Amino acid sequence: MKSPDNRQRAALRIEDLTVAYNSKPALWDIDLTVPEGVLMAIVGPNGAGKSTLIKAALNLIPRAAGEARFFGQSYEKARHRVGYVPQRGSVDWDFPTSVLDVVTMGLYGGLGWIRRPRRAERERALHALEQVGLVDFAARQISQLSGGQQQRTFLARALVQEADLYFMDEPFAAVDAVTERAIVELLRQLRGEGKTVVVVHHDLQTVPEYFDSVTLLNVEVIASGPVDTTFTEENLARTYGGRIAYLRGGSGAAQSLDGKEDHADLIAAG
Amino acid sequence: MPTLSPQDRRVWMVIAVSVGLLALFVPFSALILGVRYDYTLQTVALGGAALGLVSGVIGCFAVLRQQSLMGDALSHAALPGVAIAFLIAGRDLPALLIGAGVSSWLGIQFIAAVTRTTRLKQDTVMGIVLASWFAFGIALLSYVQGRQDASQAGLDTFIFGQAAAIVAGDVLLIAVVGLGLFAVIALMWKEFKLITFDYEFARANGYPVRMLDAILSTLVVVAIVLGLQLAGVILMVGLLIAPASAARQWTHKLEQMVILAGLFGAFAGGSGAILSAAEEGLPTGPLIIVMASLIVAVSIAFAPERGLVWRQIRQRQDRRRFAALNVLDDLLRHASGHGDLHYATDEGLLVGLRGSEARAGLRALEREGLARSYPDQTWALTDEGIDLARRSPSLRADNVDDAATPTSAF
Repeated sequence: MKSPDNRQRAALRIEDLTVAYNSKPALWDIDLTVPEGVLMAIVGPNGAGKSTLIKAALNLIPRAAGEARFFGQSYEKARHRVGYVPQRGSVDWDFPTSVLDVVTMGLYGGLGWIRRPRRAERERALHALEQVGLVDFAARQISQLSGGQQQRTFLARALVQEADLYFMDEPFAAVDAVTERAIVELLRQLRGEGKTVVVVHHDLQTVPEYFDSVTLLNVEVIASGPVDTTFTEENLARTYGGRIAYLRGGSGAAQSLDGKEDHADLIAAG
Repeated sequence: MPTLSPQDRRVWMVIAVSVGLLALFVPFSALILGVRYDYTLQTVALGGAALGLVSGVIGCFAVLRQQSLMGDALSHAALPGVAIAFLIAGRDLPALLIGAGVSSWLGIQFIAAVTRTTRLKQDTVMGIVLASWFAFGIALLSYVQGRQDASQAGLDTFIFGQAAAIVAGDVLLIAVVGLGLFAVIALMWKEFKLITFDYEFARANGYPVRMLDAILSTLVVVAIVLGLQLAGVILMVGLLIAPASAARQWTHKLEQMVILAGLFGAFAGGSGAILSAAEEGLPTGPLIIVMASLIVAVSIAFAPERGLVWRQIRQRQDRRRFAALNVLDDLLRHASGHGDLHYATDEGLLVGLRGSEARAGLRALEREGLARSYPDQTWALTDEGIDLARRSPSLRADNVDDAATPTSAF
């Protein structure tokens, strides 16, 4: 693992990031460092700003303050090293195109303006489909896919870009258990190759099992670091600001965490 | 070149049929409808077809970007531009078209700006622009008509379209500009495909999405302006949307959709223009749209997989197949209950269990040699039937019917 006398060049370093909607802060003064080679979950209650954090870092939404550096560089310069898997709902799944086509779109950026994707690009796309187990679906129209298959198609589209840092927005949402296992396997593989993966995750239960790092977010960063030291009851209570039921691994007993009754920690309104 | 899938072959057949119909329409209308193809009518037909071709292709992107209503707002917004251009330059077609284009373009900018800065939703703003700018245009036109200038009668044609007003120069304009539009689309094909499918992803990957968006919108404006004289402000949106919607029913591939939409548009534009010129006083715009709507109706009804008729047939086939499988199950269960797998069960009993569909199911089983009937209205499983009934459901599905299992409901 990493020694404390660090790598100068974290995969992602966010400083003083603030994002506001209608004068209300969705993210407030975020300082976050993601070291290279980790598999990090971002968790927090609804409205905590998890998706907003990723979108703001990638310049997809405007920010009121702060900056994000990727491997020491701005997003524009480091773009080719960053892959993004958005939420599934952002696209019209009735669009006339095939699975292979969608994955190939991940390679358009490298082609320049006029060139069409050719055999080399198709080969790479097929390889990415193999990695997510969808190679038999290459010619299938995307409206004929199940939710899990759609998710995996988006994943393949990001993989084909061969990035060093991946952002994924709720990749396990509404996905069946088999697909979930497959995706986790893939994430571990990526980490094994030295890549960094940051995942917005909704299921507290699986955080210690799937991830090695975690960031607890609720408009501000409550805590961030290795799962063992960061994913504690106290931090969770501070993040979720109230009662949450959390099953501690192995014991099978549900534990109810009493947090403070006043919700002063919750700055964002529902 | 990869081998063509059955869907591909089907689409190419539809394309071939469309081309054939296009080619045959001229002799058909000449012989049957008694249309006389003098020079004017030829020009009209070519103009309509060319316009339809261009609108069909560009309309695909408008429809897929879910901006069909935008096309309507834009064409209505063009009217004040026409009136103002007339006041400035008189009845000079290029000037009128430029006026229309500027007015439409300003319309887009206005819609985008208002949507961005207020809390009004885009469709509300489009409705407002459509209604108010069109009204302004009508008011201006009435004012223009109040003046003694004799040639302003021609301005009315911009509302409903008039094929008779077209001359060879106009057709040439449509053809040349159309080719230019096609060239842009061909060059930027993958970029347009990408921003239409996933705008955010394109942006995250560094594409100049605002610029690409603006280019696509400009293409739509140009297509609309080209068609104003022929189809009119009110109905131009139909020529933009209908061919693309019809084409979508027949194919899953964008490339094929664009080709089909162009052909459908050409057919609607050409035949509509011809039919309107065949009879005195028939306005062109409505006839083109009638033809286009017919194509849409036929496509929605009869297209394979997505078409309504197809789905009905499919559902009926499925019901029959499942009825057969269910009856097979019933026969086996009942026979097992009697300790003899060849036991003959009364037909009435089976119908009582399953309903009248059991009869059709039994007949299907008999056809496949899985059951046989006896003179006393009883049915028994054959050895093959027993064999099949014992196996897992998925195997049974493959055996009873040759038809392929549908992969989707779309």
